[in-house]
This record gives sequence, structure tokens and C-alpha cells, in this order.
Amino acid sequence: MNKDVQGILVGHGRLAEGMLNAVEEITGSREGLYPIDNSGLTPEALEERLSEVAGGGPSVVFVDLPSGSCAFAARRLQHRRTDMAVVCGVNLPLLLDFMFHRSLTLDEIVERLRTHIGVSIEHSNGDSAVPGR
Amino acid sequence: MAILLCRVDDRLIHGQVVVGWGAQLRLAFIAVIDDELSDSGWEQDLYRAGLPDGLEARFVNVDDAVELIPQWNDSNESGCLLTRDLATMRRLAERQVLDGIDVNLGGLHDAPGRERVLPYLFLSDADLQELRRLSRTGVRVNAQDVPSARKIGLDELLGPTST
Repeated sequence: MNKDVQGILVGHGRLAEGMLNAVEEITGSREGLYPIDNSGLTPEALEERLSEVAGGGPSVVFVDLPSGSCAFAARRLQHRRTDMAVVCGVNLPLLLDFMFHRSLTLDEIVERLRTHIGVSIEHSNGDSAVPGR
Repeated sequence: MAILLCRVDDRLIHGQVVVGWGAQLRLAFIAVIDDELSDSGWEQDLYRAGLPDGLEARFVNVDDAVELIPQWNDSNESGCLLTRDLATMRRLAERQVLDGIDVNLGGLHDAPGRERVLPYLFLSDADLQELRRLSRTGVRVNAQDVPSARKIGLDELLGPTST
């Protein structure tokens, strides 16, 4: 039985499917990653859909906006579970890093994602920064 | 006027409200009027967790809202009122604290018994009854999910005999 941590991407519009499409184009696989679009769903329906996809295994739920309906649905479900992490502000480097480390424990993955947030800002004047470091 | 948006939206605080309307109206607070949520600290924490700096969430029940809305309306802060359903907004309107404030239908999504009226607005027979009761209180009601969308009046939405 595969005990790898699964990744669930919940986003506005078609962001989730679009990002997984990009992951597949880069890695050739989207194994263990599942997209959910919030379009047209009530908060209850979105949480139920997320719960169905999450099943009983450990999960990282990636959402786009920290103050969006996707984040709130994820946090509500997380309130009832002990094996779920919620990551707000998903980006492609973060998702790819997760993809290659799904066999770690949930705690190890969360620690890893905290230091691999995938964002850098490079100004043409030479100022560069990696937020969080 | 300090209440710049008065909205029925089953998602309550979410992207369209915080980013779409919030940034345009420069909101300082979002007041969620909900008897159940006003009594649930952990759920309030979930909503507060994602808010940008400078935007405050308040959670109050209908009775407290009736006292607070006139104060909020007289303050210098720009705010938004949110209810998750039409019945709660109608209860506020019946207690005459929404006089002069337009009610925005921003999102009631698909659920059993509801039919599609707009891509973001699905209404059941019970919803239609509530909408008519709300309109009879004298408040203006219109549908508009995001600031850039066209505002659709109740007559256009339900027909000229809607009230």
C-alpha cells in the first residue's frame, strides 16, 4: 500500500488543473496530486469535495489565496483532522519540491516546504531577495 | 457613508470580497452578521487567519448588529456587511438598519432545490420568497459578484412583478 503523502491543490477558476498540467509537463507525472476547482461550489460542497479527495491518508492541501474560500474549506477540514497541512500561496516550485518528496513524513514535508517556499524577487537594480531567508 | 458594501454571499469572507471589493473600496473592516458564527470562536479564527494587514473581521449576531450598524455607518472607517443567506439580511432590513443601503447579491451557489439565475446566483423557491420579503422592506437589491461586473437590478433578475 502506497503511504506517500498526497497533495491536493484547491484553487480559483482553473488554477488547480492548470498548475497540475504544468507539473505533468515538467515531470511527466502528476501521481499523488489531485486538483479541485472551487467554481460554483458552496462552502459546504467544497469542503465535502475536499474531504472525499483527501480520504483517510495524510495530505498537504495547497491553496492559492490565504483569505479565499479554498483556504477556509481546507482549514475547516483540517480542524477535524490531525494528518493534514494547509499551504497558502501555492506556486510551481513549491509544488514540484513536494512532488519529489512525498515519501517523507508529513512533519518532514511541512518543515521542508517552510524553507523551500519557491519565491525570489530580483530587481533590475541588483537587489535580490528570497523572502523568508 | 461608512458601510460601502452590504452583501449576501454564502462564502462570506473570501477572495472576491477581500481582494475584489476590499482593495477597490479600501475596506477597514468586514462585519459578518451570523448568529451561529458569532458564537464559534474557532471558526472566527479560521476566517481571521488569512486576512491581509489592515483589514479587520468582526462577527456579530443579528441583535448586536442592529445596535452596531448605525454606529459603524457613522464612523470614519469603510466597512462591509456580510450575511451568508437572504433570511439574515431580510431580518436586518426589517429592523430598519439598512435604510439607504443597497443590498448586493454576490454569491448564492448551487445546492439542492436551487435553480441557476446567474453564474453566481442560484435560488430556491424559499430564496425567492425571502428576496421578495427583503425587497418589500424598501431596500434596493441588486446582483453583482465583482466590482467590474454589471449591476443587475431585481426587476431584471426576477421580472418586473418581482415584488
